[in-house]
Amino acid sequence: MEPVAERPVTEVAEVAGPELPPGRGEISSALIQYLRSTGPLPDETSLAGAEPLGDDLQLALHLCYELHYRGFAGVDGAREWDPDLLRVRAALEKPFLTALRAGATRHDHADEALDELLVEPVDGEGVSHFLQDKGELWQLREYAAQRSVYHLKEADPHAWVLPRLWGRAKAGMAAVEFDEYGAGRAERVHAQLFADLMTDLGLDPVYGRYVDASGAEALAVVNLMSLFGLHRTLRGALVGHFAAVETTSSPGSRRLASAMRRTGAGPAAEHFYTEHVEADAVHEQVVRREVVAGLLEVEPHLDGDIAFGVDATGWLEDRLADRLLEAWRSGRSSLRTPV
Amino acid sequence: MTDSPAERPRRIVARREGPLLVEGPVEVVLEDGTTVSSDRFCVALCTCRRSRIHPWCDTSHRRRSPTAHPGSDH
Repeated sequence: MEPVAERPVTEVAEVAGPELPPGRGEISSALIQYLRSTGPLPDETSLAGAEPLGDDLQLALHLCYELHYRGFAGVDGAREWDPDLLRVRAALEKPFLTALRAGATRHDHADEALDELLVEPVDGEGVSHFLQDKGELWQLREYAAQRSVYHLKEADPHAWVLPRLWGRAKAGMAAVEFDEYGAGRAERVHAQLFADLMTDLGLDPVYGRYVDASGAEALAVVNLMSLFGLHRTLRGALVGHFAAVETTSSPGSRRLASAMRRTGAGPAAEHFYTEHVEADAVHEQVVRREVVAGLLEVEPHLDGDIAFGVDATGWLEDRLADRLLEAWRSGRSSLRTPV
Repeated sequence: MTDSPAERPRRIVARREGPLLVEGPVEVVLEDGTTVSSDRFCVALCTCRRSRIHPWCDTSHRRRSPTAHPGSDH
């Protein structure tokens, strides 16, 4: 590994939190009013009628979850533990989780679900293949803008699982998280590397900047992590999700690094992905051998939950890929608002 | 600290398939005499000789199939 030395670091520390984005329907709009203390919470009728994977519900969930990360400018930090708001969050999580279980579940066992991801398609047609082969700079920018909803808080949703693990699973998870957080070096924190990538691509690296531009599919991928991370009962699913991400990341990152190189996106843009090729080849092994195996040793009854976490991750990633590729193949933007 | 890496043997995990896992930091001397190093807590050393970032593993050892499984192709 070649440490990237003495590059100017993009400033990502903001104190106030991002501005609240505009609403996308009855529920999210009411929630925004409530967070601003200018209106009531969404009512039961609107909650009951929400489309589980649609823009309105996914943005509303995103708003609820962000209170646990950085909050929003002008929103009282105490809203994080507002019991009325938590009740609404639960009412949003229930249909989301039901839709995931119904749509995504394909395996009963963690090993079967993860082994499937170890087979590389010869002529892959996913997003990273598209970007590697024919991605243009504007498509890389759209991709990075939507991924920033996660990567600017990379590894944060997974840190919540640490107190819920023991022994090998805890030690392995903590080691991988330490690596994600730059192994003690602020300039190597993966969220920082992503901010540097955004700067190379001419994007604004401010936290939350592209939430409004991101579609429901992109928000759902991140909401999944927060859902699994915040609920101890879903610790198996969180571990399965993390294992799926680490397992698929290395080959995908190689293709994205090659896309960045081919389009001349810049050294930091390329470095973010080359770092992930190498790091995630290690993380995959540690997560599988220590975290997944370690958790199953202590809590074998979580086997199905780990498999569900793997399946749910792939299912939502495939939905996001469909949206991106459908737009790009017809020359259209995949974003809700231009960047 | 008796369990510090300096005072006990370096642990290497070997499996039939996949990379060798070595506790970091490591220096690897390559055939041409150059040295590469990594200070990661654990490094994965390629054993299949297919890696494009040799000596590090880049998952090129994986089996390949004509079709993609759901969720595997990103």
